[in-house]
Amino acid sequence: MIKIHTNVVKKVSEENYRVKTIEVEHALEEALPGQFLMVWMPGVGERPMSIGNGYPLTMSVANVGKVSAAMTALRPGDMISYRGPFGKPFAVPKDAKRILVIGGGYGVVPLYFLAKRAKENDIGAVAVLGARAAKDIIYEKQLFAVCDEVFITTDDGSRGKKGTVMAEAEMLIRSKKFDCAYACGPEMMMKAVAQLCRQHGMPCQVSLERYMKCGMGVCGSCVVDGKTVCRDGPVFSGEEALAMGEFGKAHRDATGVLHER
Amino acid sequence: MGLESVMFGRKLKNPMILASGILGMTRASLEAACENGCGAVTAKSLTLEPRKGHEGPNIVEVEDGLLNAMGYPNPGIVAGLKEFGGWKRSEALIISIVGKNKEEFAELAEKVDAAQKTLGATAIEAVMSCPHTPGYGTMAGQGAPECVASITSAIKKKTELPLIIKLSPSVPGEGKAAKAAEDAGADAINMGNSLGPGMVIDIHRKRPFLGFGVGGMSGPAIKPIVIRCVYDVYRSVKIPIIGTGGINSGRDAIEMMMAGATWVSAGSTAYYRGPEAFGQICREMEAWMKSNGVSKLKGMIGAAHD
Ligand SMILES: Cc1cc2nc3c(=O)[nH]c(=O)nc-3n(C[C@H](O)[C@H](O)[C@H](O)COP(=O)(O)OP(=O)(O)OC[C@H]3O[C@@H](n4cnc5c(N)ncnc54)[C@H](O)[C@@H]3O)c2cc1C
Ligand SMILES: Cc1cc2nc3c(=O)[nH]c(=O)nc-3n(C[C@H](O)[C@H](O)[C@H](O)COP(=O)(O)O)c2cc1C
Repeated sequence: MIKIHTNVVKKVSEENYRVKTIEVEHALEEALPGQFLMVWMPGVGERPMSIGNGYPLTMSVANVGKVSAAMTALRPGDMISYRGPFGKPFAVPKDAKRILVIGGGYGVVPLYFLAKRAKENDIGAVAVLGARAAKDIIYEKQLFAVCDEVFITTDDGSRGKKGTVMAEAEMLIRSKKFDCAYACGPEMMMKAVAQLCRQHGMPCQVSLERYMKCGMGVCGSCVVDGKTVCRDGPVFSGEEALAMGEFGKAHRDATGVLHER
Repeated sequence: MGLESVMFGRKLKNPMILASGILGMTRASLEAACENGCGAVTAKSLTLEPRKGHEGPNIVEVEDGLLNAMGYPNPGIVAGLKEFGGWKRSEALIISIVGKNKEEFAELAEKVDAAQKTLGATAIEAVMSCPHTPGYGTMAGQGAPECVASITSAIKKKTELPLIIKLSPSVPGEGKAAKAAEDAGADAINMGNSLGPGMVIDIHRKRPFLGFGVGGMSGPAIKPIVIRCVYDVYRSVKIPIIGTGGINSGRDAIEMMMAGATWVSAGSTAYYRGPEAFGQICREMEAWMKSNGVSKLKGMIGAAHD
């Protein structure tokens, strides 16, 4: 049975000008990288949030609207409530030796959790972290602590290599052997990664984001091509995602109306 | 061996119908439900204008059930008919409509009827039974027999399509409401919607959990109430009944048919057993029939009545 958890906020730290990391006094032992919670802010609303660490439970929120604003206003000692964990986690191939994680925006949050678990299991991880500008980068320190190498790219060249994550990703895939690549971030970036991996015959997984309401595969708000992102996903293999007509092309709003990008 | 059924002249591979509002927001998800074993599918209920639905949380799990307050999120009748249109599969498509009054229901039915040439729907389902959306369903008193009758006849004037009336298991005298629908020209009764409204209070936050405060109950816990409703409705009307509420196994479906349902529909089972639930339930029905020497559904419909 899916419980409503209520626990105390232990720590709130600033990742950048709009992203805050919230650490909760809760060891959510069953949480797996790629899974998410439905966070309830009473009187405001409920939104899906990626799990950035299981114990202590950690999430990172970008202040972009109603619920995220309420979350970033939380202070240590406040209560926080959530349901979950939900969704299909990232899968790491058996006997994997090294993985590649490619993140943009708050997409790096579940990828950090994945790289951390990999390290705990003696699997090497290399990260490519993309952002618009230096001021947008988050989770750099965290990734350095669990990855063999971290490559940074920014659109304007204010940090790391100028450009998107794709040039770095391609360079890495050509020069090293990875058992799987994992991408989370803007959908066009994930699509490019999935296509790149297909070209190189390399397994890959992406994590989709859609307007979500129930979180448990019932209401159908988050469906993409007949699959629920909340239950069949949010993690899909690159091939599964590339087979979806709406991947990288369209999403639905709260009413279910389809918007082409 | 037969799970085959017929709905308004159309052959169905089985009597299992996807309930409205479960997964069926899009054409592709309705098709996925067919692949997963449904004999017919009901699209998400459509209103005249697009609706975002209630602010979340929209759903919460309770003991043996779900409590939901979605608030009819839907793209509206125009975009909805475009989304679901051009249905060519062998499984039947049911278009669900909800209005605030008989004028709205009539306008919705007229729009479905006008689109039918390319739509490919087998029936219209008119819902008068949502327990948690202001202006609609039981919150607008639509469950009362006089109201059911006037909405039913208003719709019948605007469409040639067979009409299913979806009633609430929470309004006393379901049999009377069903009879009123039948007398006004309804072709079938769907019994019924989610039960309630109910409420969950989070004791740590000291407030109702659902964004809307109250919600409708579905899932295994409501089955005995729905079985009783279907039993009563079967005694009151001659038109066929869809039994909806708490079906989570082949035995549940058979029990519903014995109470009087010609078809069964299910929703919450997609949570308990995953999207493959519908086909699994059908296979369980078939296995039960085989081991109990029942060859046709017909022999089970209403079997609990003398
Ligand atoms: C599986 C999953 C995991 C997620 N993980 C995280 C996470 O770890 N951290 C996180 O911060 N968010 C995450 N999100 C997104 C989050 O659930 C909300 O969509 C987001 O916080 C906005 O909600 P809001 O109520 O603040 O904004 P709303 O009030 O709903 O919207 C306000 C405005 O913000 C815009 N907006 C909505 N969502 C986004 C967005 N994602 N990016 C930019 N603008 C947006 C809207 O278009 C609107 O104009 C995740 C979503 C999913 C589906
Ligand atoms: C998330 C959710 C959304 C629903 N949306 C609708 C809807 O739009 N229209 C409708 O007539 N019934 C709706 N219902 C009610 C179901 O169609 C069904 O009548 C009810 O859930 C009981 O069946 P079950 O126990 O098999 O789920 C909804 C139920 C749930 C759980």
